[in-house]
Amino acid sequence: MSNEQTIHAGTSPAIAHDLHHDAHDEHHHHHDTFITKYIFSQDHKMIAKQFLVTGIIWAVLGGLMSVLFRIQLGYPDQSFPFLETLLGKWAKGGHITAEAYYPLVTIHGTVMVFFVLTGGLSGTFANFLIPLQVGARDMASPFMNMLSYWFFFAAGIVMLSSFFLETGPFSGGWTAYPPLSALGSTSPGSQRGMDLWIISLALFVISSLLGGLNYIATILNMRTKGMSMTRLPLTIWALFFTAVLGVLSFPVLLSGFILLIFDRNFGTSFYLSDIYVNGVGALPNEGGSPILYQHLFWFLGHPEVYIIILPAMGLVSEVMSVNARKPIFGYMAMVGSLFAIAILAFLVWAHHMFVSGLNPFLGSFFVLLTLLIAVPSAIKVFNWLTTLWRGSIRFTPGMLYAIGFVSMFISGGLTGVFLGNSALDIHLHDTYFIIAHFHIVMGVAGMFGMFTGIYHWFPKMYGRFMNNTMGYIHFWVTFVGAYLIFWPMHYEGLAGMPRRYYDYTNWESFKMFGGLNVFITIVSVIVFAAQILFIINFFYSMYKGRKVTSQNPWGSNTLEWTTPINPGHGNWVGEIPEVHRWAYDYGKDGKEFVPQTTPVGAGEANH
Amino acid sequence: MSTFFIIAVLVLVFVVIFQIAKASEYVSILRGQERSRNQDNKVNGFLMIAFLILGLVGVYYCHMILKDRLLGESASVEGEKVDSMMNITILVTGIVFFITQIALFWFSYKYQESKNRKPFFFPHNNTMEVVWTVVPAIVLSVLVVIGLRNWFIFTGDAPKNALVVEVTGRQFGWIFRYPGKDKEFGKRYFRNIDPSTNSLGLVWADNKELNQKADPAAYDDIVQEQTMYIIKGRPVKLIIGSRDVIHDVGLSHFRLKMDAVPGIPTTLWFTPKYTTAEMKKITGNSNFQYEISCNQMCGNGHYSMKGVIEVVTKEEYDVWMIKQKPYYFSAFPDKDPSATPLVTPSKIDSATPPGTASVGGGSTGSQSKLR
Repeated sequence: MSNEQTIHAGTSPAIAHDLHHDAHDEHHHHHDTFITKYIFSQDHKMIAKQFLVTGIIWAVLGGLMSVLFRIQLGYPDQSFPFLETLLGKWAKGGHITAEAYYPLVTIHGTVMVFFVLTGGLSGTFANFLIPLQVGARDMASPFMNMLSYWFFFAAGIVMLSSFFLETGPFSGGWTAYPPLSALGSTSPGSQRGMDLWIISLALFVISSLLGGLNYIATILNMRTKGMSMTRLPLTIWALFFTAVLGVLSFPVLLSGFILLIFDRNFGTSFYLSDIYVNGVGALPNEGGSPILYQHLFWFLGHPEVYIIILPAMGLVSEVMSVNARKPIFGYMAMVGSLFAIAILAFLVWAHHMFVSGLNPFLGSFFVLLTLLIAVPSAIKVFNWLTTLWRGSIRFTPGMLYAIGFVSMFISGGLTGVFLGNSALDIHLHDTYFIIAHFHIVMGVAGMFGMFTGIYHWFPKMYGRFMNNTMGYIHFWVTFVGAYLIFWPMHYEGLAGMPRRYYDYTNWESFKMFGGLNVFITIVSVIVFAAQILFIINFFYSMYKGRKVTSQNPWGSNTLEWTTPINPGHGNWVGEIPEVHRWAYDYGKDGKEFVPQTTPVGAGEANH
Repeated sequence: MSTFFIIAVLVLVFVVIFQIAKASEYVSILRGQERSRNQDNKVNGFLMIAFLILGLVGVYYCHMILKDRLLGESASVEGEKVDSMMNITILVTGIVFFITQIALFWFSYKYQESKNRKPFFFPHNNTMEVVWTVVPAIVLSVLVVIGLRNWFIFTGDAPKNALVVEVTGRQFGWIFRYPGKDKEFGKRYFRNIDPSTNSLGLVWADNKELNQKADPAAYDDIVQEQTMYIIKGRPVKLIIGSRDVIHDVGLSHFRLKMDAVPGIPTTLWFTPKYTTAEMKKITGNSNFQYEISCNQMCGNGHYSMKGVIEVVTKEEYDVWMIKQKPYYFSAFPDKDPSATPLVTPSKIDSATPPGTASVGGGSTGSQSKLR
């Protein structure tokens, strides 16, 4: 018996195949060519996979950038010949230059926030799960959905091309504050690199608007019979609020960028005033305000962090309930807290600007509203904990990531209480404390949400399982490593160590953390290696993984598991099923799980 | 050669992990789904509790190693408020942190799948939910009240007796200005800036084109690059601005910071508690300096944008101030009425006269790398 046979022993591929064929015959009277099936596909599942694979590629690039600048931070005095091989003039003599360090930091941030944790996370799971979980054959507009991916792809290509400019990619930090981002004379990265950066993000905004409108339209209009809003799985609620946040806030970012384009190219003074640039002289601009850009930027920038974390929360809630074999605790409170977070997301943006010269009186409102966000966040954490309590937990890799997410969200959320309080922020602002905070609560937690989703829905995506052992190794190395990297950074931040420094060795106040920086660098290399293990697992399992043999391998209630193992375009064979109950009847009345399609029995209590 | 060796080892490690992972998958199939799931649950359940215990030990260990590298006592009176607030916040969040993390990993371990126990159908409970909405809301309100009280002190008006210093950021260094004998800052306008003679653009001369008249208050202003002198125990008010991009005056030892924004002056005040000399003793570091770090990304030399604050006693400050020459006279030495008696103006901090010192001090080495 060959390995292949062993791994598929007990499978009856014929059945899966038949189902597949049926689906095909029912809904596809035309034949898909390679191009319509894999490239310009209008099937939401294929588009989701396109987003996912593109997201993974960007995550690898973004992660690699962080490893490179971590090498500089850990070993500022040593040279590594391979860096010169890799980066050429940007690492002369095996030593990353400041001109290379700042683009690395900037593009790492931009790529991770927008391409990986927005495009890769929302793009993948909104596309994949919304039609499957609300009971629709596809998105409201499959064509717009396809465009959404291709704008995302184009944004990526433009960003990638900026790596090859002579003056380098944009280097002024992912927030791109003017005047630094507006004036090419202040930084080489602000020349052509910034043009491409703006174009790339403008394309990305279009992509996320096309996607977001589609998600909202689909959720509101295309739910199957019986799927009332209060019967939606929490994933869908989370993705719904995410889409609303994106649709309302991304245009504001775009408007900020348009003003920036005018300032850069057409001599306006929206953001510029009273500037004298070394070597250039006094500029003609007067009367503009750099703070205006910060308001416009953070009006998106803050909702953006919820655009990242809400889908992760939704995925985690769903996976946690399935694998604890127990209903999610406080469904309505979970929806309510998502709603509260979505509303508050628009009312806290200026907490990024406490020390920008913002009117302190205005700042005080933002302190109040910011700390208010801790209330719905606390509700969510306690509800997750209660969901685990007296459950019957199955540690699938997806479940491990869901638990890891909660741990990270607690750790990172609590440090938000420090930063949201302006009187503490005045000390901690723009130090490593904030780096630790947002990486844990948004970066790592967001990635954990994504991993939760990938491990859990991989069988639905590809009809095969990912390898569990590799999944476990991946989880534990990443989880422990993430804490080892980011926990000590709080101490650096408490000591006032500023972020975005190329080298600390000349600073009497900060150089005592040299040894710690070496440690963090080593751990980050190990964690990066663990992600390569994930990628091997992902692509190997896509083609050679253990085949899924039952329609509902996790014993889950939601609708996606009522489709064939390899659903075709259109998802269900025949009628779309009708929904009779919420998605969380696990362990009810002695039954292990009761799918949403099961009619409510006589005398059965509704939740 | 060694690079290839390292790569070979890495590839080998991946291959080994991959093979083990595949083999364990075959074993689990042969064993049956249920049994292998039990095995996975046991292993991961154990790792959950192990992570909790090792994690708590790690938190303690990390604190023990790093606590001495923290800043120590605040060097400003206002910073004490930051520190005490920090302690309260650490206490409150610390309690929540330990309770929730312990619960998370303990529940994960305790409630792993077992044949003997059915999961408890528990969809909601209004009392519990109200409790954990109201309690955090009350605790956070307390933190908000403490925070805002301090915030209005930090951002409120400086005391009347405060020493006023103007701080201007530029790529990549700091320029400090004192009002001079008339205790009044002269007007400045950015179009007058000349990096070699008038780094701040003080309005020294009439200019019809710019529609400006010479400001007599500008003649006695004193301009310093890189080092600022302030007095122990006397509040100091900084009027902060920038010549080019956004910078930030980061004062970690005083626990405060404020952005330097072109076109929009900001202010910050604090009361230094210890002189630089005293801090050298307190920290046991003979190289101790109060450093101003730029905390806002300002270009490729961001990391080298260091300023120094010398906190001195009133007497030392007076001695230093008497020796300072108005900036106008260093720009136009021929107009200096006291040129002869001041042939040896003691240059405490700078070998180069202000104005020509356009290269950031403190890190000249790394500066040259940038060019």
